[in-house]
Amino acid sequence: MSLNDETRREDGDTTDEDRPGTFGRYGGQYVPEALMPAVQELEDAYERYVLGNEDGFVDEFRRRLRDFGGRPTPLQRADRLSDRFGTEVYLKREDLVHGGAHKLNNALGQVLLAKYMGKERVVAETGAGQHGTATAMAAAHLDVPCEVYMGTRDIQRQRPNVFRMRLNGSEVNPVSAGRGTLKEAINETMRDWATNVEDTHYVIGSVVGPHPFPEMVRTFQSVISEEAREQVQEQAGRLPDSVVACAGGGSNTMGAFHEFVGDESVDLFAVEAGGSSLAVDEDAGVAPNSASLSTGSDGVLHGARTKLLQDSDGNVVESHSVSSGLDYAGVGPELAHLVDTDRVTPVNVDDDAALEAFHLLSQEEGIIPALESAHAVAFADAHPEQLGELTVVNVSGRGDKDLESVIEETEKRELSNAPSMDVFSEVGR
Amino acid sequence: MSDLEAAFDEPAFVPYLCVGDPSVERTREYVQALVRGGADVLELGLPFSEPIAEGPTIQGSVVRALEAGVTPEVYLDFVESLDVDVPVVCMTYYNLLYQYGDSDGPESFVARAAEVGISGFVIPDLPAEEAGPLRAACDEHGLDLVFIVAPTTAGERLERMVELSSGYLYVQARLGVTGAKADVSDQTAESLAKVSQYDIPKAVGFGVSSGDQARHIVEAGADGVIVGSALVDIVAEFGDADGDDVPDRLEAMARELSEGVTAGAEDMAKPEGQ
Ligand SMILES: Cc1ncc(COP(=O)(O)O)c(C=O)c1O
Repeated sequence: MSLNDETRREDGDTTDEDRPGTFGRYGGQYVPEALMPAVQELEDAYERYVLGNEDGFVDEFRRRLRDFGGRPTPLQRADRLSDRFGTEVYLKREDLVHGGAHKLNNALGQVLLAKYMGKERVVAETGAGQHGTATAMAAAHLDVPCEVYMGTRDIQRQRPNVFRMRLNGSEVNPVSAGRGTLKEAINETMRDWATNVEDTHYVIGSVVGPHPFPEMVRTFQSVISEEAREQVQEQAGRLPDSVVACAGGGSNTMGAFHEFVGDESVDLFAVEAGGSSLAVDEDAGVAPNSASLSTGSDGVLHGARTKLLQDSDGNVVESHSVSSGLDYAGVGPELAHLVDTDRVTPVNVDDDAALEAFHLLSQEEGIIPALESAHAVAFADAHPEQLGELTVVNVSGRGDKDLESVIEETEKRELSNAPSMDVFSEVGR
Repeated sequence: MSDLEAAFDEPAFVPYLCVGDPSVERTREYVQALVRGGADVLELGLPFSEPIAEGPTIQGSVVRALEAGVTPEVYLDFVESLDVDVPVVCMTYYNLLYQYGDSDGPESFVARAAEVGISGFVIPDLPAEEAGPLRAACDEHGLDLVFIVAPTTAGERLERMVELSSGYLYVQARLGVTGAKADVSDQTAESLAKVSQYDIPKAVGFGVSSGDQARHIVEAGADGVIVGSALVDIVAEFGDADGDDVPDRLEAMARELSEGVTAGAEDMAKPEGQ
């Protein structure tokens, strides 16, 4: 038992830590009663099919990950970043997964599981649109009807992904509540699920939500670290000194970390969105960041106890990040626990640094990263001394979806390394 | 017997409003109007930013109440100052209870709720599995904790939930989220039959919007009827005009519902075939 656990007991809080689905003081199943049978049915299906490979589920999942998803993804030595940082840098290229992000690993796993469970329909929420796109692709591939909820603000920021979901035959339902971002989209998807729970599976997009979601999504995403751990030993002959990944809900983070958690010599850095400031504006109910691991406090959101951005009363505040996939007030309970037990170090970078890193990776390595992934690169760029001699940076996705936002955000700022926009003004827009 | 259980001696009408929509002072007038109209128990919402069990009507109400500045402290003071002689049930989400006071956990909130005269809680995002700490705190301070039985609840879970529940059982009339509906769901009778063997008052909610529906629900064996969205609709539609007649409208609606409940009870009392 850790120190934190004992503190918690004194607080008069008696949740049974040995129950499945808890990570130290975090996790649990805080959902409306109507959803509990579905959550338990899922728990049972997860144990049988995913953990037990019943009916060959895991074999089929791995085969589809390979043939449809394009796995394994490369672990690429980044020569120019290595020179720049004075450290061996390897990039785990999740941007090369079908659909352009790690999100497909989980979406494919869950839609396939829904099929094994006999569900007739899936629903999903999405922030950057990347999870929605992955779910829509998996649903089209496996012939399951799919509806995706997305905040109106995110729809504006991520038009290409919205169109991709429509192309694959999914409905996209705009959610205008609050600031119209991921938190609201999750609320709305839970409402749909509660209404249609008997024939519908909710494909949650990250390692968040009620048990078994955090553990199940991490299991599907662990393929990232499973491959990376093998590849780095093959290519560099040793384990890395550090692994760096961005954290929104934390699914690529947990995926990239999981197989390294037991390797005590490997430092794990979860890079959060520092947004424009780390402070919370209580009066406005807004945090101009999404750094729940670095600055949040314990609470209950979307089915789990975890760290979240909230005001002193316990109302959840609206988060902010230039990257919509990180724009979420909560984070996965397992990641919160790994931070509390000092296994994972939470760090953060602001919007400006993320944009600079977006341009940096594009110019130095010819890889246009997702704005989310650019946060991981930005941390490595700012703190090469913390990376050790060999680091793996997870490039969780590619940046095509972000080009409209990046043009707009780049024009607003003085970025030292942004390309000139003259070519547009010369020909007229 | 707790105040709440006693309130179900005769079939009860249980209205819901969110405190602070559109302002705390208006809520006071509305609540008094509901009591004049025949409310037997009041479910008063404490607004939370993520009301995942609510449909658009109550969601809107919660947003307006938050904008009006309703915090747990404001809410508790309001209940303390409320001059009505029916029991009050606090309906909110777990995080607000969990965060209240200096230490994590629901105990400080429950202690303060007992002081201000709250009789019990309904917490839609707290299933039996997670309710241990709140159940213990309620026992310590003599408050009831009402669980929601959904159409999907069955077997061992149902038994455990009934065991944990006190005051009354909230029987969810149909799957989904809150919101007024024109018809009574078939699921209602099934759900009531499922819990009929248990010795605890059963109140049906989710979608009830007319006296007729209330009457049928009581005829089907309910000890009470919970109505939220149909009342909140009145507040939403007419609530922001100066000198509006919302209290009159609420009172009239409450009377219709309460009379429906009574009529249902009378039908039940009549011998078969009359
Ligand atoms: C490319 C990419 N990376 C990272 C994230 C953040 O999510 P998570 O922390 O759950 O991996 C997203 C979310 O949409 C994403 O699209």
